[in-house]
Amino acid sequence: MLHTLNRYTFILIVFLLSCNNQNEMQVNNSLSNTNVTTIQHTFSNTKMVYIPGGEYKPFYGSDSVLTKVAPYLLDERAVTNSEFLAFVKANPQWQRSNVKRIFADSTYLKDWQSDTELPKNANPDAPICYVSWFAAKAYAQSVAKRLPTLDEWEFMAMADETSPNARNKPSYSDDIISLYLIKERQYNAVKQTKPNYWGVYNVFDLIWEWTDDFNSILTTNDSRTGQYEDQSLFCAGSATSSTDVLNYAAFMRFALRTSVKANYTIANLGFRCAKDTIINKK
Amino acid sequence: MTNKLIMLSLIMTVILGACKNGTESGHVSGVNMIADGEPQVAEVTGAPNVPAPVGNRGPKKWIVNLETTEIEGIIADSTSYTFWTFNNTVPGSFIRVRVGDEVTLNLKNAANSVLPHNIDLHAVTGPGGGAEATTAAPGKEASFTFKAINPGLYVYHCAAPPVPMHIGNGMYGLILVEPEGGLPKVDREYYIMQGDFYTKASTAKKGLYEFDNDKAVAENPDYVLFNGKKGSLLGANMLTAKVGETVRLFVGNGGPNLTSSFHVIGEIFDNVYLEGGSKVSHNIQTTMIPAGGSAIVEFKCEVPGEFVLVDHSLSRAFNKGAIGKLKVTGDANPKVFKADHK
Repeated sequence: MLHTLNRYTFILIVFLLSCNNQNEMQVNNSLSNTNVTTIQHTFSNTKMVYIPGGEYKPFYGSDSVLTKVAPYLLDERAVTNSEFLAFVKANPQWQRSNVKRIFADSTYLKDWQSDTELPKNANPDAPICYVSWFAAKAYAQSVAKRLPTLDEWEFMAMADETSPNARNKPSYSDDIISLYLIKERQYNAVKQTKPNYWGVYNVFDLIWEWTDDFNSILTTNDSRTGQYEDQSLFCAGSATSSTDVLNYAAFMRFALRTSVKANYTIANLGFRCAKDTIINKK
Repeated sequence: MTNKLIMLSLIMTVILGACKNGTESGHVSGVNMIADGEPQVAEVTGAPNVPAPVGNRGPKKWIVNLETTEIEGIIADSTSYTFWTFNNTVPGSFIRVRVGDEVTLNLKNAANSVLPHNIDLHAVTGPGGGAEATTAAPGKEASFTFKAINPGLYVYHCAAPPVPMHIGNGMYGLILVEPEGGLPKVDREYYIMQGDFYTKASTAKKGLYEFDNDKAVAENPDYVLFNGKKGSLLGANMLTAKVGETVRLFVGNGGPNLTSSFHVIGEIFDNVYLEGGSKVSHNIQTTMIPAGGSAIVEFKCEVPGEFVLVDHSLSRAFNKGAIGKLKVTGDANPKVFKADHK
């Protein structure tokens, strides 16, 4: 009886995983929360920076709709190898040999020497990669935080080193694309380059980052299909304005997000954590 | 009465025969062809080489393995550029099948890729040409199966956003779907693909050049190249043939933007499969090849010499790299060509 029940739960989870819209995503959240209720807390001394939020024009959707982002706290840097190592030591269910495939695919923590040893020559201060969305969620819970939402992340990412919204500067978006083209930068340590306006490090120059609702955007993987995607794609594709040039960099982020599933683990995909705040400095 | 019956059956036969011919030359015959046997891994080749002709074989099942990669390579002289590729070459591997073949296409995205990639094959009848079905995150694989139902020479390319950038970095190739019985036999076959490249110095890595979006939008390339590299068909890399041989060139244009006016200086194309389709035209000097399109050109080499392949929008040939050579060796034929030496 219990066995059968397990099987149905499994099928249900697989079914939910295969769905791609926001509603199912929320169900996913609650499912994964059930899964990680036994998460042992670990200590995090990562400095968090205050992001005041506000309204911004998302990359996707129609031009006239502004999206509101509430004030929040964000880790100044990505979660590192050494931090994730401490997490799996405290939470053996998230060690490579124990993790369930539906929560992390076969490349989870790839190249680790054992369940509790980082890859040979890995920099302990480099960002953790080869982690699934489920694993990132569990880690965030272990440090009493959460993953940033897509809008929170993109809002923060509008900043360059000197201004909160650099979308109108052509050099800003060009530089992002240049950074994106460099391979294997995920092996570098965090915080070796300058932070952005908000004090957030390595927004573009180390890794792709999981967001809580990474698959909430209804783009298909063939960006040319459907009216919705056509708008975004051809806006970016035929752009001459600097705002639309930014879309080229953003397009690359969205392409990545739409190509992954919640149990995927990838060489250059990691995460940082966020937290709600009641402070409103505005 | 009997005569009338015979007459009627004769008319019926003619009508039915006409219908049958109608279906055989269209879509339907390819759809209904049965692909035999267990799937085998198809041979694919890098330019300028092509796999062996299909000949007389019947429809079969094939597995085509392609890997998407992001690699630094030489684009011109000593200039390095970040290419995105299928199987580490620009253009990507040449795929050769026949009408009625069933192809399972496995697309693997290299683990050290930064971005997701996919493939849209113009030879595919179905949504996105397979683009959505094959979208693969870095380190992941995706696959789909299609039946080649229209003969012709087709472009394939990556269709992951931003598409012009993926194509502009070299993510295209050709797939040939031969008709039943194969294309007529020739002595030499070569694979050439034109592409326009928009470059700027990387701000992140010294000495490296990368895609320039502004130049691409303005359709103002720094390079227009055959086979992804300046000089890829020059010097030691010249195509070769002998006097008396017939040469067939499979020519594609990846774009992303420019249309090619393909011409071979000192030759006349005896046959051109217009736009890579079934219609054959003769005695053509220059053939138009659309971005995302192709042509098959054939000519007999009558005299020796170096024959220059160009995009006859000549600034591209002489200033931007769209130039290659075919070296023909053998005995002179004064009846065809004779230079008066002063």
